[in-house]
Amino acid sequence: MTARPLTPPPLQGPTAKEKKYDRQLRLWAASGQQALEDAHVLLLNGGSPGVVGVETLKNLILPGIGSYTIVDGNVVAEKDLGINFFLTDHSLGKSRADETCKYLTELNPDVQGYPVQKSLRDFLGSAIPSDAPDRLSSLTNPNALDKYSLVLFVASKQNYPLLRLVSSYCAAKALPLFYLHSLGLFSHFSTQLPDPFPIVDTHPDPTSTQDLRLLDPWPELQAFAKSKTENLNTLSNHDHGHVPYLLLLLRFLTDWRESHDGNPPSEYREKKEFKSLVESKARTDNPEGGEENFDEAAAAVLKSLNKPSLPSGLRQVLEDPSSKQLQQDSANFWLIANAIQKFHQKHGSLPLPGALPDMKAQSQDYIQLQNIYKAKSRRDIEEVTNSLRSTEADLKRQTPVEAKEIESFCKGAAFVKLIKGQPLPVYAPNAKAPPTSLQNILDDEDSLLPIFLAFQAYDHWLHENSNTTPQTDPSAPFSSSSSSSSEEAKPPLEALKQSATQTIDLNAAGDGPQINADDIMPRIEPILAEFVRAAGAELHNISALTGGMVAQEVIKVLTKQYIPIDNTCVFDGIASKSAVFRL
Amino acid sequence: MVEHSRSRYQYIDNFLNKPGPTTDPDFVPGAPTISNLEASKVLVIGAGGLGCEILKNLAMSGFRDIHVIDMDTIDVSNLNRQFLFRKDDVGKSKAEVAAASVTSRCKNVRITPFNGKIQDKDEEFYMQFKIIICGLDSIEARRWINATLVSMVDMENPESLKPLVDGGTEGFKGQARVILPTLTSCIECQLDMHAPRAAVPLCTLATIPRQPEHCIEWAKIIAWEEHRKDTALDTDDPEHITWLYDKSLNRAKEFNIPGVTYQLTQGVVKNIIPAIASTNAIIAAACCNEAFKIATSCNPYLTNYMMYTGDDSIYTYTFEHEQKPDCPVCGNLAKTITVNPRHTLQDFIESLGERPEAQLKKPTLRTESTSLYFQSPPSLEKQTRPNLSKQLSELVSDGEEIGVSDPAFTIDFKFKLIFQT
Ligand SMILES: [Zn+2]
Repeated sequence: MTARPLTPPPLQGPTAKEKKYDRQLRLWAASGQQALEDAHVLLLNGGSPGVVGVETLKNLILPGIGSYTIVDGNVVAEKDLGINFFLTDHSLGKSRADETCKYLTELNPDVQGYPVQKSLRDFLGSAIPSDAPDRLSSLTNPNALDKYSLVLFVASKQNYPLLRLVSSYCAAKALPLFYLHSLGLFSHFSTQLPDPFPIVDTHPDPTSTQDLRLLDPWPELQAFAKSKTENLNTLSNHDHGHVPYLLLLLRFLTDWRESHDGNPPSEYREKKEFKSLVESKARTDNPEGGEENFDEAAAAVLKSLNKPSLPSGLRQVLEDPSSKQLQQDSANFWLIANAIQKFHQKHGSLPLPGALPDMKAQSQDYIQLQNIYKAKSRRDIEEVTNSLRSTEADLKRQTPVEAKEIESFCKGAAFVKLIKGQPLPVYAPNAKAPPTSLQNILDDEDSLLPIFLAFQAYDHWLHENSNTTPQTDPSAPFSSSSSSSSEEAKPPLEALKQSATQTIDLNAAGDGPQINADDIMPRIEPILAEFVRAAGAELHNISALTGGMVAQEVIKVLTKQYIPIDNTCVFDGIASKSAVFRL
Repeated sequence: MVEHSRSRYQYIDNFLNKPGPTTDPDFVPGAPTISNLEASKVLVIGAGGLGCEILKNLAMSGFRDIHVIDMDTIDVSNLNRQFLFRKDDVGKSKAEVAAASVTSRCKNVRITPFNGKIQDKDEEFYMQFKIIICGLDSIEARRWINATLVSMVDMENPESLKPLVDGGTEGFKGQARVILPTLTSCIECQLDMHAPRAAVPLCTLATIPRQPEHCIEWAKIIAWEEHRKDTALDTDDPEHITWLYDKSLNRAKEFNIPGVTYQLTQGVVKNIIPAIASTNAIIAAACCNEAFKIATSCNPYLTNYMMYTGDDSIYTYTFEHEQKPDCPVCGNLAKTITVNPRHTLQDFIESLGERPEAQLKKPTLRTESTSLYFQSPPSLEKQTRPNLSKQLSELVSDGEEIGVSDPAFTIDFKFKLIFQT
């Protein structure tokens, strides 16, 4: 989709805010900007050193998110200064929440930052029973997170019960939750989106197929094509070379149908034949030796002469129970989906989007053609709106769905996307999660899924040893298993491998082929060895990169524009590769 | 030597004190690698969206001798992502403000700014660096530094080979690449991956506009020339933009074309590319991660191209771009280019500006034996001007090699013209 106008054209030039945010408004327009400015993001930063969370916030404060809160109970240590840019020498010994908040807020005076110097446990409520960590009532204040629009949870020691709690809470309140973990040259983050999470404004690639209805033209379009092409052979060279290609195709399709029992070219061979026919009609005895509009027509044959089919993303939406069984309090999205489903049932096609690509043509012809498409689009939207209004009446709904919302759904219907949010796929003791195909790792030697399993193993290990981090012994190379006589000096790599074996066994405990942990371990072990090398800490570049990826995703979720990941992303800083899994 | 306290670098030191499973066998853990990193002098080209991030990342990765070069001053529309700048800095030198901003935060890092063009510096200047990191939005500047670094390589002297790490972004997308001049595919080898947007034909602008962009281009190219020929168009001057906007709007009304806005006018006239903080963060960090791996040998670095797309889920494509034997910079064969022999030399020259594999705006052309067209000096221009209206077939033969130079580049390009009707 092209950039949309923001506001009525300003006569005195753009406002100060439009100037400052110009480069991003071209991506998400005023509506997206408003969504960002209405948001309050909560960062639960118990992580050490927690740079990935701070870097994410930086990338949200700059584009002007409304406000943010940092919860961090740590005080600034000297080692923080070498990795966290939003601290100075004067920050030493002070609250890390206060200090990072102070330097982050400098980035954008329009953004409010709130530091909370508390441990996550204290912030969320002190009385979390260890036997039932996901009981919402265990929050001292069950509405503690209500004012936030989105929660970022950075991996930390003892995070399992707290994460479980926050995850259940966010699921119950339909609050998006991100879990971030950056370690050495690797990172991982997962999202927990509300279910369902629909996106209308997906910004499809402008080169993706446009719905032009060439095989099923409506009367006004057909009549216009006829009037412009019936005397094609007698047109002057200039006029012949400026007939819009859509009209040429409509004309030649009519000719084709006459000699093919009324059928358009359907399979590939026929389309090739039709394409040659179009090419043969171009005049070549003119000074240019060819005609651009005929070139455009020929190029469009394979791409544009397809029977309309329901795209899978939209099909999923229309077939969703929420779309079929409307309630009085159904979200607007489902009401519109329901009306579009009825439209599609009746006409066998979606409402016409109405956009027209540029093409060689006289100005007047092009504008007339554009108006024919727009008028049809408006009529279709009106029909959807009328059917929606009568549903609203049946359901006795008080507030009508805004016309603008119906219009944008109708225009983007083919590219609508629905994400079925589900609980965070992170480590849970004794849980048989995630339902990953471990076989996938064995089948694909480039799979990056081992990174996720390594993080899972690390979280598992952290949970069980929440008072230590893996210690590095500078004298021991990474691969040797320590032969030290000291009992407690059990090599952390071995401990992590043990955790990995346990998590793989849990993952493999489901149905399907039997997976042996020993087959997968060689793929996980080098990652664990890098974790040990990093001694449980972040490297700035990987956290900055991950903070950029997470911020992009947060923006997509808050603005409900573009398509967010579903639901887990890993990054490999050795190979410079990422992968996304639905786990 | 590591003479100062490194307690603030504990996290980096932990990491550099040991090898990992895929570390190069030559890696020496601990102090030697750490002092090597501290002594590595790096040059950052560009102090804009990527540059600000790159400077921060280098400072937070243990680099301590950083130079930065940029000719631009700070504009208010930079503030949504160029996070080292504040409102009060508008109008000041990007390189100077960025350097001061990072050094005030990180006392033990030295950043040396240069407010000027990369073309102002000579080989001796570039020779002092260990790694060069580019965060630019200009293809021309990238091609210039690339050609310069390739020409500096002296096979007898390994120090003369300067790894070039390059990043670029557009909206939610971007790319990071590592170039070892003469050894791997270079910026020029990869030129066709970054094709310029096709220009709208002049006759469309002049007689049959259909899109709001056509009306804006008309105002910029034709109306300005007609009414304000004596004023140089300054795309940063709001009065100029407003004038173009009014003209575009009137033309659009005349043809019933909807959609001309001030924002669109500005976008088309300045060729604005959308830019956001998060994409810059991703690409800059990817570049600095490679620089860190190159400087420390702690792990293998990228060979040689990572493409990032974030608008539909997250997708990265990492691959090795092959060096091209006909690369005008690092190869030695002429690049084959197909032409219509009936086109005039003028047509051909215009097409050189748009062809993804050439992108030359002011080319001077010659064959082995004759001058085809010279942009300057005026006497030669005048002498060769009549060739412009001749057909190519009158000037060169099928398969003939021509030499092309352009004031934007230090090197000559060789093209082999193949006729195709
Ligand atoms: Zn090359």
